[in-house]
Amino acid sequence: MPQVQVTVNGRAQSRDVEPRTLLVHFLREGLGLTGTHVGCDTSQCGACVVHLDGRSVKACNVLAAQADGSSVTTIEGMTTNGVMHALQAAFKEEHGLQCGFCTPGMIMTAADLLARNANPTEDEIRQALEGNLCRCTGYHNIVRAVQLAARSMATA
Amino acid sequence: MATTAPMFGASVKRKEDGRFLTGKGRFTDDITLSGQTWAAFVRSPYAHARITKIDSAAALAMPGVHAVFTGADLKAGGVNSLPVGWLHEGIQIADHSAMAIDVARHYGEAVAVVIADSAAIARDAADAVQVDYDELPAVADAVAAIAAGAPQLHGNAGGNVAFTWQLGDAAATEAAIAGATTVVSQRLINQRLIPNAIEPRACNASYDAANDELTLYVTSQNPHVHRLIMGAFVLGIPEQRFRVVSPDVGGGFGSKIFIYPEEVVACFATKQLGRPVKWTSTRSEAFLSDAHGRDHHTDVEMAFDANGTIVGLRVKTVANMGAHFTLFAPAVPTYLYGTLLSGQYDIKAIHVHVTAAYTNTVPVDAYRGAGRPEATYVLERTLDIAAGRLGLDPAELRRRNLIPSSAFPYQTAVALQYDSGNYEPALDRALEMVDYKGLRAAQAAGRQEGKYIGIGLSSYIEACGLAPSHVVGSLGAQAGLYESGTIRIHPTGKVTVLTGSHSHGQGHETTFAQIVAQELGCALDDVEVVHGDTGRIPFGMGSYGSRSGAVGGAALWMSLQKVKDKGRLIAAHQLEAAPDDVEFVNGTYSVKGSPGKSKAFGEIALAAYLAHNIPSDMEPGLDATSFFNPSNFVYPFGTHVAVVEVEAETGQVKVIRYVAVDDFGNVINPMIVDGQLHGGIAQGVSQALWEHGAYDDSGQLNAGSFMTYVIPKAEFLPMFETDRTVTPSPVNPLGVKGAGEAGTIASTSATANAVLDALAPFGITHLDMPLTPAKIWAAIQQSKGGN
Repeated sequence: MPQVQVTVNGRAQSRDVEPRTLLVHFLREGLGLTGTHVGCDTSQCGACVVHLDGRSVKACNVLAAQADGSSVTTIEGMTTNGVMHALQAAFKEEHGLQCGFCTPGMIMTAADLLARNANPTEDEIRQALEGNLCRCTGYHNIVRAVQLAARSMATA
Repeated sequence: MATTAPMFGASVKRKEDGRFLTGKGRFTDDITLSGQTWAAFVRSPYAHARITKIDSAAALAMPGVHAVFTGADLKAGGVNSLPVGWLHEGIQIADHSAMAIDVARHYGEAVAVVIADSAAIARDAADAVQVDYDELPAVADAVAAIAAGAPQLHGNAGGNVAFTWQLGDAAATEAAIAGATTVVSQRLINQRLIPNAIEPRACNASYDAANDELTLYVTSQNPHVHRLIMGAFVLGIPEQRFRVVSPDVGGGFGSKIFIYPEEVVACFATKQLGRPVKWTSTRSEAFLSDAHGRDHHTDVEMAFDANGTIVGLRVKTVANMGAHFTLFAPAVPTYLYGTLLSGQYDIKAIHVHVTAAYTNTVPVDAYRGAGRPEATYVLERTLDIAAGRLGLDPAELRRRNLIPSSAFPYQTAVALQYDSGNYEPALDRALEMVDYKGLRAAQAAGRQEGKYIGIGLSSYIEACGLAPSHVVGSLGAQAGLYESGTIRIHPTGKVTVLTGSHSHGQGHETTFAQIVAQELGCALDDVEVVHGDTGRIPFGMGSYGSRSGAVGGAALWMSLQKVKDKGRLIAAHQLEAAPDDVEFVNGTYSVKGSPGKSKAFGEIALAAYLAHNIPSDMEPGLDATSFFNPSNFVYPFGTHVAVVEVEAETGQVKVIRYVAVDDFGNVINPMIVDGQLHGGIAQGVSQALWEHGAYDDSGQLNAGSFMTYVIPKAEFLPMFETDRTVTPSPVNPLGVKGAGEAGTIASTSATANAVLDALAPFGITHLDMPLTPAKIWAAIQQSKGGN
């Protein structure tokens, strides 16, 4: 079995994995980071989005072996010293989550958007979230949460 | 610790959010137990087939495989058929083994299971199980299934008719239609939907042989119902040795109410193997195994007099039940549908006849709204067609037929008695918010320029807060629909709430804490709400039918009064006052007219547990459990308006605006209620425009993944504009109604009506949902060809 060495949320990790192991299973089962979720098997729902070397990826669409030598950030890595990221705080403030299952992927995708576009329009937010499905919120409050996070990050 | 800000009615931020936002939510698949094994299912690739041989030798020979079980193994092991929880007269119920024995009756029905050391090994081994089938003729469409010569599913259901059901006065309706000035007749197909909560179903069963105890972690909206039915009826396990935990659950929408085969199999397998057995559905399996929703063929006749007053309504529906009945399926196209066919309207004569058909498809049961969206669609779509025929504005036609506010309580022609309502203000407010007159003018102007705007109304009512137990019992329910709620005051004055309701997104940890904080005058953070564990909560009927606030919340309120009353007796004892002279305000007991003579609730809580200074005839301690059994349903209502633009060249529909004015009675947390509404609206709009659980004629599911089944993305939807009227429900002490399903119930009809309104210039009066670009484009082309 190949050995995979990945830095996850700032910590170096090394595991032997089956070649077919997906990054999402490596994170969930190998490292116990269950905040990254699996909601489909056709790479559409986005519940598994993490950052791979700073860009959002669907962790169900990447082999663990492909992440060898890379740096991965998951939802668990978004909190710094117990303080939530502006997006996490905004999702709470704007009621951008209900069941919470799609939420980690939403936040990771939105963080990628705000890193590239600090002041997105509503349409740009909606388009950026096209790979993340939510069945609870109708997206209304998710969009508002991303807007709020953009504002609070601009003034931070 | 006392708070003066009212908690009830405040948009308090959710207590549960922290764990979900930081990746610490604990969903069923997140739980891995010591000695864990995984299950993978072998599923029928045919819609209808005789199983002639199951050869598991190759699978069993694979390293890491522990067992292969079949339906015959379950039967030999004493596992019973999955039961049906709602019975009608003459209902034909067929055996429903958790895995098919001899005959598979839908594509995806479980035939065998492999238990192995990892999910991947189990999947590989499941693919190595060789099953021989003789394919049989299949039928997927309900109308085709009840036609002469159709393939038969079950020996006891001749012609595939599972039951027939009717309600209302057939003769009076016939007379009303015969004497009417105008009769609008229409066939309406309410297409099959697939719920698709984003968390797939999952379960993890663990048998502890030392104590003969079984624990099941499961994605359930109602863990006590799971325990009762699985324990008593399916597995034969005493309830006291069976614990069901539904931890964080990622959405339900009805699909996680039912007792599913995979959960039964996991419980059976863990006892056989002595190791925990976990199964998590893939999305592809979810399409093939989660109960589906809707799927009605309806013929409606709506009769009017010369003034546009509805004088009669006749509805004939064929409901597709799928291959088996799941738990509440018989109630959905009957008591949750036919009883709602009066809507907001004063209709003297209504008759509804339903034929429930078995077909070679996934079972159909309750999906968000469950029967009520179907009823609303029948009324609201037909009213719009009628408005066109009668030359009346759709808003005006509705207004003429509304039940007047002076008529409540109002006895409908279809059994329900509406306790309260005031429909016209919600209609007026919705029209005002959307600027109805201005929009109609813009619509007319746009049509001159080839711009096709459509405005669609839906004035809905729903019956929820399920449900008065004696009523549902008399109608065939095999359970009562009360709810339990325990308030446990700790010696420090902190509060634990045990509720039989279950939150899978609704935010009960916050809203129920708000009820407690309001009543006890304590801080929100001093209240912990526990749900979803039969090992901790006395009993519960769970969450569905928009019942958590109106029934579960009411049970908590009852327990809070008991606790407060006992506290009052202790306070009176210590303050040397008559109990009637002691009042409780903002967390403090004080003697009326004697400022300074007071005790904080926390002091009384401690006194109750110290028992040094309480009335001599009083038991120590401070807690209470109550069961609230509602005397009636609650009746939310409102008017929604959808505004769409249809691009004639492509058939593309864009939802431009969506206005919702709803009456949920008193509202505990407006932020959360708005959120429920937003999500509900999205699901209903989605039925109108995109979703279709389409089968082909051979019973293959064409829409089997997110590749082929559209659930809306962020860019498909607008921001929603909401407002409310407030007519408190008299049925429960909180005056609340339910908000979980209303959005879905209203929005399908509003959106479909908007699209058809946009298409009116083409002479198109009706198209069946989903109103896809291809369907719209073809209809426009056809209309041009006809000119």
